[in-house]
Amino acid sequence: PPAHSRSDWIGPPDKHSNLRPIIFYRPPEESRLERRLREARQEAQASNQRFWARHNRTFRQEKEEFIYSRLKAKGLEMRDESGQKATLNAEEMADFYKDFLSKNLKKHLQYNRDWYKRNFRITFLMGQVALVRALRWLRWRKKNVEQ
Amino acid sequence: GLFVWRLRNTGVRQRPCRFMHLYHVANDRLITFQYFNFLKRMYVTQCNKDLSQRAKPKSDSIVSPFHELQQLDQEKKAVNKISPISSPVHHLWSETSSRNKWRELKSTAETEDSGIPVGNESKEDRRWKEMKLRLDDLPGILARLSKIKLTALVVSTTSAGFAMAPVPFELTCFLLASLGTGLASCAANSINQFFEVPFDSNMNRTKNRPLVRGQISPLLAVCFAASCGIPGIALLTLGVNPLTGALGAFNIFLYTCCYTPLKRMSIANTWVGAVVGAIPPVMGWTAATGTLDAGALLLGGILYSWQFPHFNALSWGLREDYSRGGYCMMSVTHPGLCRRVALRHCLALIGLSTLAPVLNITTWTFPIISLPINLYISYLGFRFYKDADRSSSRKLFFCSLWHLPMLLLVMFTCKKSVLEKEDKGDLPRGSHETAMEIRLP
Repeated sequence: PPAHSRSDWIGPPDKHSNLRPIIFYRPPEESRLERRLREARQEAQASNQRFWARHNRTFRQEKEEFIYSRLKAKGLEMRDESGQKATLNAEEMADFYKDFLSKNLKKHLQYNRDWYKRNFRITFLMGQVALVRALRWLRWRKKNVEQ
Repeated sequence: GLFVWRLRNTGVRQRPCRFMHLYHVANDRLITFQYFNFLKRMYVTQCNKDLSQRAKPKSDSIVSPFHELQQLDQEKKAVNKISPISSPVHHLWSETSSRNKWRELKSTAETEDSGIPVGNESKEDRRWKEMKLRLDDLPGILARLSKIKLTALVVSTTSAGFAMAPVPFELTCFLLASLGTGLASCAANSINQFFEVPFDSNMNRTKNRPLVRGQISPLLAVCFAASCGIPGIALLTLGVNPLTGALGAFNIFLYTCCYTPLKRMSIANTWVGAVVGAIPPVMGWTAATGTLDAGALLLGGILYSWQFPHFNALSWGLREDYSRGGYCMMSVTHPGLCRRVALRHCLALIGLSTLAPVLNITTWTFPIISLPINLYISYLGFRFYKDADRSSSRKLFFCSLWHLPMLLLVMFTCKKSVLEKEDKGDLPRGSHETAMEIRLP
């Protein structure tokens, strides 16, 4: 993002977590409330990024392992004659999906709770900041009108 | 995750085969045909982009058709430069916008090594964007936030409920009920998207939503939801009747506070979601009559039963995304149950259709005329139950898309007219006193 910009910038989805990173703009006259909001958002972003990057990596690894073990059991290699990667069909993968989901359920429940709490907190702070800004603007306008 | 789907040469599905062959044809012919193909596919898939995650027909990722067409125009030029892709074995199937399909085919080679790309980004997506709200983008953004097409479907089921009520048609009441329901639906959908940002980012189908892309702030989404929901419910309560308002409010609550969190906790979410989908026609009925009687419940029951073949068939193809995203869906955890339930409810539809004339809502022609389509969907449900594969699930899903509108249409044409009821002396309404008087000795 350009140096002179006064707003946040959002980027393309991250390769591992599929989340879009945000670069937050820090105004020089940032108030305490605004700083709390920015830090909360940064923290949430970092936490989400960590979670999903790790989760997706685990998924990919376990999927590979599963495919490998199943192919082994069937007596096939990972790549067939034409060099294409061998895959299992959807029905065979279904066992893996079921297994993976139940293994990670508790992790997800924990994450959900965290995410909802963070989301509400950030939105509430946004509301506060917006309110403060609106009041400030009204006061400024009143002053201007009086002058 | 990507959904790799092996092309079978038998060509069970005509469109994908054509789709692949086209890549070996001259570019310009390719473009126009592909373009047409996409429009066709867009039409089919856009009708009920319910695509999982919803029981209340609040489907997602519905970019407005014009938006899509514009993108396709731009992409047409981009595609001209693509040489025929020679690794055709991996046909990437995703039920997202057609734009994604283009991108996926463009870069089949890349996908093998990267992380778990959720579809592939176009050049535009790879840029950094300023998070500033532009006012002329706002209508489009809000339309996507509120899942406007799904909302339209919900409103149409509500009007079906209204139309089936055995009372004279009142236009103002009808319009108020539709508007109120539409607003309530927008509110519920926005809140749903507000809750699900990181999960939506990780699923192919939903990663282009406004909150995921940062086109709108969460605060604004919540404000929008409030500014739709509160007037919507107020309109229903004050402009129509309190019962409809209460049902609307309850439905919003059920969808946002029960269904959405439950999706990640237990498979019971599907049943809750089916109730969410069943309430709008009930609301239409209560808007017309002011009471919650058997007819309302029957209509609700029909929508409730319909949700299962529709959703279960859809979710069959999205198991990978659900598994990775942490969604508890029957198709992943209890596949047998998934198919059984779908079949069970297809058959239930036959039963419910037969119940309609018993409750004096329609004439006896209704179960007779609707029998063919009900039998057909039950047959597809049975095939899905037996075969449990992608092709049968897709057939069932696409059948459910036209089955419901047809069923409601037939129901409406077979509606027991108000006059008929007068003759039988069924309607104890004041305005029909003249008819009653004749019978008095």
